[in-house]
Amino acid sequence: MDSIISVQKIYKTFGKTQALSEVSFEAERGKVLGLLGPNGAGKTTLIRILTTLLSPDKGKAIVAGYDVAKEAQKLRSVIGLAGQYAAVDETLTGRENLEMFARLYHLGRKESRNRASAILKEMSLEEAGNRPVKTYSGGMRRRLDVGASLIFEPQVLFLDEPTTGLDPRARNDLWRFIHSLVEKGTSVVLTTQYLEEADALADRIVLLDKGKVITQGTSRELKRELGGNMVEIEPKDWQESKKIADLLKNKFNQDVRIKDSHQLITFPAPNGPADLRDALNILEESDIELLHISLTQPTLDEVFLSFTEKETKND
Amino acid sequence: MTDFTNGLSDILVITQRNLIRYRRLPQLVIFSTVQPIMFLLLFNYVFGGAIQQTGTGNYINFLLPGLIIQSVLFGGIQASVGISTDMSSGIVDRLRSLPISRVAFISGRVLADTIRNLFVVLIMIGVGFLIGFRFEAGIVNAFIAVVLAVSFGFAFSWISVAIGLFVKNPEAAQPAGFIWIFPLVFASSVFVPVQTMPEWLQVFARNQPVTKITQAVRSFTAGGSHDALIPVLIWMSVITVLFMGLSVWLYRRSQ
Ligand SMILES: Nc1ncnc2c1ncn2[C@@H]1O[C@H](COP(=O)(O)OP(=O)(O)OP(=O)(O)O)[C@@H](O)[C@H]1O
Ligand SMILES: [Mg+2]
Repeated sequence: MDSIISVQKIYKTFGKTQALSEVSFEAERGKVLGLLGPNGAGKTTLIRILTTLLSPDKGKAIVAGYDVAKEAQKLRSVIGLAGQYAAVDETLTGRENLEMFARLYHLGRKESRNRASAILKEMSLEEAGNRPVKTYSGGMRRRLDVGASLIFEPQVLFLDEPTTGLDPRARNDLWRFIHSLVEKGTSVVLTTQYLEEADALADRIVLLDKGKVITQGTSRELKRELGGNMVEIEPKDWQESKKIADLLKNKFNQDVRIKDSHQLITFPAPNGPADLRDALNILEESDIELLHISLTQPTLDEVFLSFTEKETKND
Repeated sequence: MTDFTNGLSDILVITQRNLIRYRRLPQLVIFSTVQPIMFLLLFNYVFGGAIQQTGTGNYINFLLPGLIIQSVLFGGIQASVGISTDMSSGIVDRLRSLPISRVAFISGRVLADTIRNLFVVLIMIGVGFLIGFRFEAGIVNAFIAVVLAVSFGFAFSWISVAIGLFVKNPEAAQPAGFIWIFPLVFASSVFVPVQTMPEWLQVFARNQPVTKITQAVRSFTAGGSHDALIPVLIWMSVITVLFMGLSVWLYRRSQ
């Protein structure tokens, strides 16, 4: 693998909080790495370490060939960062903010102006560009913030919860935009709490919880790790759910779950279509009527919950 | 060399950002202009008569240099709140992630405040002229007086920056930024001659930097001995070096 980021056994504590503990992973050049985890997992801390804002207590991280601790200043000229909280000046206009950041990347005056205009256009902020940022909506601010991190066409772009607070359309626009950057060769690291987002954007996912890497891989691999196919059954009469579950348990000897909230019964189906056919047959023999039955893959949500639950149980 | 020019350009870009803020939030400048002018008028007309009798000559010529020093000091202390506000917002994070000079953020603030101070000083001199103030030692000395006053503000701004970086929280920076300045301004020769104070206070009042700078500036606006100049230059260099160093250290250390 051609690594753009290599993180080796990073530790970070804040007082008594162990924010990161033996975190290691690699990110491939020109791909999107998703850092996924619940509140307090350590995603922001990790991003801050990789962008030279924090130094790790222990361990080593190489980004774009530079050691984050020893070659911080060189690294800063090849990365872009949009942090979790908007980092723009409220009293300046969107355009002034962008020009300021461009100038701080040491672009010339004219080039800075051109880049600012291009970014405003890219982020659909042309109309608002000459208004002070304090008049912007949350989503506009967010877009400006992400735009500011792109002002220099960085080699590696770090986005900490980039779509938080965006409406679905703005989120889609941003996703498309990230895809287009990746096509042009930018490597991206993003954190998200939307599993859908990690699924849609990330080539590789690192699942963090309580400062530790719980698992990592492509979203397909993570889903497979959970056990692959499931059969999902929705009976016509929910009163019969218990009876159905018992029948299935006898037949398949699997972990059959009754999900009252969704009125669904699910169980793992390692044999895929064969299991589905068998399930249909037994239920038919017992005269149970169904509204719906299907073979599904677990959603990333289920992967996420199952891994983070496992962690909690082990504690 | 390019590192140096880049560093300079970084400082100027941040300075410009702060100046745009002043233009867009004129209350930041208006209050720091109105207050010294109000003091100027109040002191001149309310205390002027009483103080004149104690034999200090023309009171406005005595008062204006002192008020100019007071205004550059009061102007500078706003940096505590400004810096701590910036530190608690996300903008500093972004600045830190850029390949810019480590001192640009704080130096740009101090430079912008110095420019604003110059502006306030010129307005005060204008108003002073209208109510009878005159430079009695010639134009070159008048120029030196202005440069001295503004440089003094520059040196003291670094104290405010250090406080802002140390306190971090804007609400705490408000009182912390102000408190230390009052004894310096009032136990000095800014408003009244030092001889009128109790003896124990005179020892402090005579030697502290605000008195020295006021004397030095007066010696260039009204004429007289420049004895206070050397102590002032020493005070300013020591304060600048000490607090600039402290500020840079605090800025780098804060995460
Ligand atoms: N500067 C700090 N001082 C003290 N504790 C901190 C600091 N920064 C982070 N922490 C703690 O470290 C842990 C990880 O925080 P971090 O912000 O990295 O989580 P996160 O995954 O980004 O969470 P979220 O999804 O809520 O943004 C948390 O317990 C947090 O309280
Ligand atoms: Mg976070």
